[in-house]
Amino acid sequence: MPQLGETVTEGTVGRWLKKVGDTVAKYEPLLEVETDKVASEIPSPFAGTLTKIVAEEGTTVPVGSAVCEISETVTDASAPRQEQPATTSMPPTPSAPERVAPVDRSTAATTAADGVRYSPAVRKLAREHRLDLRNLSGTGRGGRLTAKDVLQHVGSGGQVATAPPAQQRQPAAAVAAPEDGDTSMRVTQMRKTIAEHMVLSKTTIPHAWSLVEADVTGLVRWREREKEAFKAREGVNLTFLPIVVVCVCGALREFPTVNATWAGDRIIVRKHINVGIAVDIEEGLVVPVVRDADQLSLSGLARKIVDLVEKARARKLTMEDMSDGTITVDNTGALGSIASYPIISPPQAAIITMEAIVKRPWVINDAIAIRSIMNVCLSLDHRVLDGSVASRFLQSVKQRLETYSAQS
Amino acid sequence: MAVKTVLESVRDAMHSEMVRDPRVFIMGEDVGPRGNVFLITKGFLEEFGRERVIDTPLAEASIVGVAVGAAIAGMRPIAEIQFADFIYPAYNQIVGEAAKIRYRSAGGNTCPLVIRTPYGGGVRGALSHSVSVEALFYHVPGLKICAPSTPVDAQGLLVSAIRDEDPVLFLEHKRTYRLIKGEVPEGDFSVPIGKADVARVGTDLSVITYGLMRHYAVEAAEKLATEGVNAEVIDLRSIRPMDRQTILDSVTKTRRALIVHEDQKFGGIGAEVSAIIAEEALFELDAPIRRVCGPDVPSMGYAKEYEEAFMPSSERIGAAMRELAAY
Amino acid sequence: MKSEPKVRASLPEGLSVDSLRDMYYQMVLTRLADDRAFALNRQGKIPFAATCQGHEAAQVGAAFALKRGVDWVVPYYRDTALAMAYGVTPREQLMCLFARKDDVFSSGRQFPNHYSVPHCNIASISSIIAAHVTHGVGMALAFKMRKQPVVTLITFGEGSTSEGEWHEAMNFAGIHKVPAVFMCENNEFAISVPQKLQMAIANVADRAVGYGIPGIICDGTDPVATYLTIHEAVERARRGEGPTLVEAKVYRAMSHTSDDNQLTYRTAEEVEALKARDPIPRFEAWLKDRGLIDDATISALKKKAQAAVDEATDWAEAQPPPTEADLYTHVYGSGPLS
Repeated sequence: MPQLGETVTEGTVGRWLKKVGDTVAKYEPLLEVETDKVASEIPSPFAGTLTKIVAEEGTTVPVGSAVCEISETVTDASAPRQEQPATTSMPPTPSAPERVAPVDRSTAATTAADGVRYSPAVRKLAREHRLDLRNLSGTGRGGRLTAKDVLQHVGSGGQVATAPPAQQRQPAAAVAAPEDGDTSMRVTQMRKTIAEHMVLSKTTIPHAWSLVEADVTGLVRWREREKEAFKAREGVNLTFLPIVVVCVCGALREFPTVNATWAGDRIIVRKHINVGIAVDIEEGLVVPVVRDADQLSLSGLARKIVDLVEKARARKLTMEDMSDGTITVDNTGALGSIASYPIISPPQAAIITMEAIVKRPWVINDAIAIRSIMNVCLSLDHRVLDGSVASRFLQSVKQRLETYSAQS
Repeated sequence: MAVKTVLESVRDAMHSEMVRDPRVFIMGEDVGPRGNVFLITKGFLEEFGRERVIDTPLAEASIVGVAVGAAIAGMRPIAEIQFADFIYPAYNQIVGEAAKIRYRSAGGNTCPLVIRTPYGGGVRGALSHSVSVEALFYHVPGLKICAPSTPVDAQGLLVSAIRDEDPVLFLEHKRTYRLIKGEVPEGDFSVPIGKADVARVGTDLSVITYGLMRHYAVEAAEKLATEGVNAEVIDLRSIRPMDRQTILDSVTKTRRALIVHEDQKFGGIGAEVSAIIAEEALFELDAPIRRVCGPDVPSMGYAKEYEEAFMPSSERIGAAMRELAAY
Repeated sequence: MKSEPKVRASLPEGLSVDSLRDMYYQMVLTRLADDRAFALNRQGKIPFAATCQGHEAAQVGAAFALKRGVDWVVPYYRDTALAMAYGVTPREQLMCLFARKDDVFSSGRQFPNHYSVPHCNIASISSIIAAHVTHGVGMALAFKMRKQPVVTLITFGEGSTSEGEWHEAMNFAGIHKVPAVFMCENNEFAISVPQKLQMAIANVADRAVGYGIPGIICDGTDPVATYLTIHEAVERARRGEGPTLVEAKVYRAMSHTSDDNQLTYRTAEEVEALKARDPIPRFEAWLKDRGLIDDATISALKKKAQAAVDEATDWAEAQPPPTEADLYTHVYGSGPLS
């Protein structure tokens, strides 16, 4: 439907001057259209055969929508048409290319087989949901794939929507499939749960990230001095993890809003400090929870953590052991990492990592010293917190770590 | 709640602030016995006296410049420029002086000043009584700009502007003066500067606009709703500071953005709104950002046809919305 | 005859011996501060300097004609002596030259001598010629509306009177009889353009008739003459009789600024001849003639002024500059940026 007048948005088909099967010459009157402003004969933009009338007489359609289909005639032998089947990658076409009147050049371009263009939103959704977009069909202009199409696809459990003819031409082999030499692994229930949990986190929580460097030279020396007596007294090893948990709990009491949950219309600040401890087992990562961690002494924490880790390795964690965490501490440094970007475990608002303690040249009072440095990383839910609180919280953790010394 | 026009709301805001605060006074051309050319200040001279309702000489630079001085000296002047088209002689005073006084004196001096001016077309105002001037000013840090479209916003924002510690350019679309009526709360209330209004909640596309165009956009959205397209309409209300969050939240939700303003397109408010969306929400977009704006010609003409061709209509906005929704 | 002391009764009205000596001290102090500004510029320590040499008498005379702590000054960028005589300290002056963070005028944002000193009743100005004249009128209007007995002194050069905004300000002031005194410091040059290319009249004061206000000329190289003229205008304004335009005839001893070379538009002979009009030796002689000051006092005052400028220079140079974070302050009262 052509736009007949500046403010006109739709037109009513008055009378068809051609019927299906008729040949039409270019500029030959095809139909009559009435709009708010004018009644006009519409000359045909192509020469060819009228193959289908889409808008019957008396119907009103928006400007730009199809009113009929014309099979274009190849008339001039001296100028062969580009549309002639020429490339093998193209599926077989009808005897002559079909066009919809009036033609929209930009639409034609986006539906061309030589490259479908996706919007940034569609690309983002595809990444998040690990979709192969070539399998999806679109409802946008010219069959363009819209973000809504993708979401609908995801919502319907990943079923491929009914594709219009143009999309059905896509080769079926386009789905991600193993090739020679590749191996397929079954997705375990645990893997699936983790995957869903992580996708939920990254699609709903705007993550912000920060890192501080803590000079733990004093702490290292203090632990060196204490560890044997500790083992003898408490029966468990004195590791750095419970010390970090002590420092995190102290910082949380100072900045209680870090121990919180985004609840849409409000932010719930948790009274209990339940610290999740990430434990790596063969099947994946589990996160048992030390309840009321701030109420425990260092030795109490050390024992509790050892207890939970042992249960995890023995696959004996209960649901209760795993639930109600309000923040997570992840000992990523245990495997040598010095910086991580951890993913928050919903509905928590923060996750903190302790990285490997490494000796580094360190400037103290404008002199270089060899010091033991541990990076502490924080991911936080930016809906709940802003960088200022997060930074002060991290600083507090750092300061607490740095207060330990061989003398303390 | 009382039903008022935009014009009555502007009048009531100035009246209540003048009653409340003896520092508030009005200066401008024909604001005295004439009661301003739109009759906004009718009766003010009788009520507040010639000391507080000052008919100035025909000299816009001094209307603003004298008001700046009074503001520095602790008053709360409302300087009126009779038509926005006449504001250019005062440009130096607004941009070069008022907007920089706090900054250049490191807070030693401040300039709590309101410059009110009617702007916009649709009233057969011809070349020099129709312009939109917001784009000439919104580049300027230190200046705030309001462009309300409804009676409640006109009154609430003008109260905020008068109470603000910094210079505020207060743009009143003259077509809305008597055309737009709406309910306004009784008593003392204000609308914060820098917060947009979600004029219509929708899911399929976001129309970001302000001024008279808010009403045209809502009208178009209601029509589109009958076709199954559910558009959200954001009325910026304040052009600077601009409510980035409301824009981004809306576009993140709908993934499609149409910006509508009567002012010329090139370098207009829409350019900044587009940049905000492109910089901060590119990966939420499912379609190109589109703009429906006045054309890049110097002004709308006197002939009805010029004016109609210049000003975005509800139909043109609707057509753009329909096209964007279908993209 | 010359050395015969005058009796106290002949002192100008409102000026004591102490205040006359203080006027002299302020002129000397400003001269030394100005010389320091140029020296620092030529040392490469500050990028820009503008002096008021040749204007000191007019400015100090005007400052003493005001009620300090009551009346307001809206100066222009050549008013170092006016500002210092009205309360700006040598340290404050040097801080603006060095563009230090704690520069009270603008925190190092503006060119030197762009005063904003609220605690001295000196309003903020920009470099835009005559833009501040309407502000002064608006301030005077505010004082009038509040029925406060406060007068606003607004100063500018003769080039400013070419500006449309200057005319608008004068016109408004005349209509509303605001309590303002306009002092034109006519030094005959607007950068390089001589007065005859700014106006087709001999005296700026002649413009006053167009605004229905008095226009008075005084010798701006004579602090007492300027004092008497401005004082009369100030008290007239305070009585509610409206503004006055005073034209103080001065000269510009140096180039427009440290970035200008006046020898491109006037001869060395002309510049040399100006030295005969130097207000400081003339006022010194005037005071000595009347027995109001002796050589020992003059020497002591000059020493004191030099010490004050030296101390202020060292102190200001040692103060911290602004940081990048300071760029973002004082944009809006309600918060930093949009």
